[in-house]
Amino acid sequence: MNAAELPILSIMLAVPLLGAVACLFARAEMARIIALTATLFNLLLGVWLWASYDPAGAQWQFVESAALFGPIGWKLGIDGISLLLIMLSVFLMPICIGASWRAVTERVGLYMASFLLMETLMIGVFAAQDLMLFYIMFEAGLIPMYLIIGIWGGKDRIYASYKFFLYTLLGSVFMLLAMLWMIQQAGTADIPTLLNHDFPPEAQTILWLAFFASFAVKMPMWPVHTWLPDAHVQAPTAGSVILAGVLLKMGGYGFLRFSLPMFPEASAQFIWLIFGLSMVAVVYTSLVALVQDDMKKLIAYSSVAHMAIVTVGLFTFNQQGIEGAIIVMLSHGLVSGALFLCVGVIYDRLHTREISRYGGLSINMPKYALLFMLFTMASVGLPGTSGFVGEFLSLAGAYKVSTWATLIATTGIILGAGYMLYLYRRVAFGEQVNADAAAMPDLDNRELWLLAPIAAAVLWMGVYPESFLAPIRRDVATIVDRIERAAPAGDSKLKEHDKTTAKYRVQAHGGEHDKKAEGAAH
Amino acid sequence: MSSIEIIVFGPLLAAIVAGLGQNFIGKTAAKVITTGGLFLACALSWPIFLGFLTGNEKAYVEPVMQWVQSGALKFDWELRVDALTAVMLVVITTVSALVHLYSWSYMEEDPDQPRFFAYLSLFTFAMLMLVTANNLVQMFFGWEGVGLASYLLIGFWYKKPSANAAAIKAFVVNRVGDLGFMLGIFGVFWLFGTVSIPDILAAAPEKAGSSIGFLGMRVDTMSLLCMLLFIGAMGKSAQLGLHTWLPDAMEGPTPVSALIHAATMVTAGVFMVCRLSPLFETSQFALNVVTIVGATTALFAATVGLVQTDIKRVIAYSTCSQLGYMFFAAGVGAYGAAMFHLFTHAFFKALLFLGAGSVIHAMHHEQDMRYYGGLRKHIPLTFWAMTAGTLAITGVGIVGIGGFAGFHSKDAIIEAAYASTAPWGGYAFFIGVFAALLTSFYSWRLVFLTFFGKPRWAQSEHIQHAVHDDHHGHDDHAHDHHGTHDDGTAGYHPHESPWPMLVPLGVLTLGAIAAGYLFKYDFIYAEEGGTAFWAASTLYFNEHLIHAMHHVPLWVKLASTVAMLTGLFTAWMMYIRKPGSAHTLAGHFEPLYKFFLNKWYFDELYNLIFVKPAFWFGRLFWKGGDIGIIDRFGPNGSAAAVGLTSRLAVRMQSGYLYTYALVMLLGLVAAISWFMVQAR
Repeated sequence: MNAAELPILSIMLAVPLLGAVACLFARAEMARIIALTATLFNLLLGVWLWASYDPAGAQWQFVESAALFGPIGWKLGIDGISLLLIMLSVFLMPICIGASWRAVTERVGLYMASFLLMETLMIGVFAAQDLMLFYIMFEAGLIPMYLIIGIWGGKDRIYASYKFFLYTLLGSVFMLLAMLWMIQQAGTADIPTLLNHDFPPEAQTILWLAFFASFAVKMPMWPVHTWLPDAHVQAPTAGSVILAGVLLKMGGYGFLRFSLPMFPEASAQFIWLIFGLSMVAVVYTSLVALVQDDMKKLIAYSSVAHMAIVTVGLFTFNQQGIEGAIIVMLSHGLVSGALFLCVGVIYDRLHTREISRYGGLSINMPKYALLFMLFTMASVGLPGTSGFVGEFLSLAGAYKVSTWATLIATTGIILGAGYMLYLYRRVAFGEQVNADAAAMPDLDNRELWLLAPIAAAVLWMGVYPESFLAPIRRDVATIVDRIERAAPAGDSKLKEHDKTTAKYRVQAHGGEHDKKAEGAAH
Repeated sequence: MSSIEIIVFGPLLAAIVAGLGQNFIGKTAAKVITTGGLFLACALSWPIFLGFLTGNEKAYVEPVMQWVQSGALKFDWELRVDALTAVMLVVITTVSALVHLYSWSYMEEDPDQPRFFAYLSLFTFAMLMLVTANNLVQMFFGWEGVGLASYLLIGFWYKKPSANAAAIKAFVVNRVGDLGFMLGIFGVFWLFGTVSIPDILAAAPEKAGSSIGFLGMRVDTMSLLCMLLFIGAMGKSAQLGLHTWLPDAMEGPTPVSALIHAATMVTAGVFMVCRLSPLFETSQFALNVVTIVGATTALFAATVGLVQTDIKRVIAYSTCSQLGYMFFAAGVGAYGAAMFHLFTHAFFKALLFLGAGSVIHAMHHEQDMRYYGGLRKHIPLTFWAMTAGTLAITGVGIVGIGGFAGFHSKDAIIEAAYASTAPWGGYAFFIGVFAALLTSFYSWRLVFLTFFGKPRWAQSEHIQHAVHDDHHGHDDHAHDHHGTHDDGTAGYHPHESPWPMLVPLGVLTLGAIAAGYLFKYDFIYAEEGGTAFWAASTLYFNEHLIHAMHHVPLWVKLASTVAMLTGLFTAWMMYIRKPGSAHTLAGHFEPLYKFFLNKWYFDELYNLIFVKPAFWFGRLFWKGGDIGIIDRFGPNGSAAAVGLTSRLAVRMQSGYLYTYALVMLLGLVAAISWFMVQAR
């Protein structure tokens, strides 16, 4: 049966929402089971959705439309890009529930409800086809996250959620104003229609900046990134997984869905800004990651560096760069999620994130060490893992636009290797210096079941990325077609028959060898 | 399944089974599967190589699976088999199989053997992927894969801080090279619209006349691309500037050093330049750089090798130096000679490393040659194997008749440098001859210090421990040890290694003796075989240069032999005739001695300009940038400005959430009412 025969997107929004309501009134154990069932069911629906999605079919599939009030409509529909981001969300969700199974003991019902609500809102963000609907989902998604950090967070959760709040609020106000102006101008809130609406270039600049304010914070881009390390450090493990795994992708999705196709001229005009901030971010945050003593902070900073590769890729205006950026988003969602789970595993045992409290875990936790190594390598972008495919494509795309930006952004592969291997060494290698760390048991079955599927996905995406590239190929091409008119020329222009560099070439090849050989022979 | 697929994927399968299944199948089965897999791969590789030698095999590409397609950028998993691949196949599988076997005994007491064997097989798989690549990205996959395996194996004894540091250093320094490689691939793609190696090589001459923009400069297109790719080669092959990781990599178990850091992985850079030789042939500038870097590395590493006392480090610097020879051979256009030296070097250098392992095994993990001496009588088979290796590396032979492996390959390189018309050929020639002298000196020094003279074991802590343990273990005959050994042995009795270690030594000894003589026609002669052999590959075979090589003056042909004899004589004078004279000499030239001993101070320099600043800037950006500026004037500043700080804690838990929801809701209400008005 084809999923298109049902309002499948609405069902996928409703399942977790109903689950959330049920969780509110359930006891702890029951709430866990409801949450797991609901998320697993949604995962199944997601798989069905993916299987029913036709990469060669209409641009927007599974479209649903119903009038709400005024200009706001209940319009849902997905293209390949939305599909993959929805898949990422529904894939990580059961893992988050599993990761919280024993770690969360207080107000379990509310906790599970928050996660389920978040799932609804995340899917909503990626499926919304109405500007206002998108806005509601986009902003409301922060409320459950805010609760998760604020209630089940660590010692400094107050400060962390304050920062989180302040940054996001600032951005979203500008975005809301811009959206209202757009609806008024274009006379519609329908996203597919707006995608082909040409706003005047002068207006584009302002609109682009307003959206940028919101998306740059979400990414997060340097220098509005400082909320992220604090939010991660304070959030419970599953909160970090969702934050890094899906919430950070909303910024990239926003750039891709709105900034680029709706304001191509303005996007081209601001390449210098995006590339400049991204170049700073790669070097700056990588170096900061190198000196961290707190595992979660280290991974949080590394996320900023990886997201900078996404922004570089998105603004290359070519197929490779944008496809690469999407793959980096998916890969980072899996890998950083897995890395936060890895931190969670040992945090649950020793209740500290301080790197120096561990050491020599390869000895007592070999399974853990192996999986942690795999995710470390994926984060470093080793070919054969998901990290490589995305990074390689984004940077390949970037080379066309700016060799400087590519050079600086590619130094991330050196610095990334530095901080990740340095982290791994301090945690898993060396002598067992702390008796309590040395006594920690290896992964139990539950933990193995959380990490193994991610490991499989990481390798799948690294070895056969076609499964993930096929659904987005046509949609990226559509965007590239749309923005091509503004595409930058790039700084690696070829000049045929250039005499000025002739001295570097081999002249009249073989001739000289000939002479010498003959001369010697006679 | 075709035989090439079994050769490449067999080791991967074995690695997975041994690595993940070790708890189910047990230690011995893990070792049997990995070793068996490699011997099978080796048995299947030689027929392919011999097929190309006899002209019965044709080059072909075996598709495996789709990999990436993004717009015009498309690359798949595929296995390319041609003459160049075939050479690498036999080198990799033969040395790897022998190293697997050797490790049965060498690693016998290690509790983690399945992991070790799994890593070895994983490495072999990655290396095979590298040499069978038909596109640059798969080559990069193998490139990084061997880097991973090298990292894991250098740090195999992960409790040792020095091993961990060396492992990270190897990975990170290689990544510096990989940065160049990646940029090179990007440049190639945008220029040619493909990353397929044969397509690039075919299209390269057309673009040879152009210039291209890079970092705001206008540069010769082909020179740029070759240089970027060559930076990658420099990292992997430990050339001057990016060589610092190789000596430290000796922290890994000795079989690893033989396989990865001598015979195979470090030659990947040379292989890459040969694989892409038609590309390099379009840029004189790039060829010059390859020549200069290669020759200078050959000299640099040899000077450092003169004064090292750790047996493995001497051989490591020797490897670095020999790789330099291979590069300048390629730089002057003698790619066949470069590959030939790669081929013979794999045998005799693996032999030297495994021989050193046998010595270390006999000497209870002592690696310092100052505490060796007189081992000839105790481990005679190891002695003869090491001697064969030394005869091969120093290039012993008689002009016009024949000699050990290195005699044929190294002399071909030196002659090619002389015969070549390349601008830097003369430089390479003189350095090649001089470095041959140094090679001979440090190689014989190693043999003399280890096997000749009187035992100096008593000062070694390792030996003292061994003897001590031995006494406690066997109290009954302890009395005949204590205090009675003024012969320097401290009562220690080295034993010859068991057969799994001796068999590989024997096989490699045959290679060190005969590999040069047997295969020289096919690698470096034109009409006698080389032209036909290399035609079945991408290697650019310069027949003119070969002809010129035949006609170099006799003094050129004799030069390296004279250099070899001079080095041998000097070493004999200093370490056998007048032991202690080396010490005096070092005293006379102390600054130079210190300079060599400290490896030209590269590590200190890099530490000062890269490592320390990285941490310093990291702290500055964190404490100064993030906390001191961004947070202070950003969120904290705005909080202070509105006087919230004091009330924050109270209001946060519930207050802000509602505020937030309220702002959003108000916004929406405003929006909706506005539209209602508009709509009317």
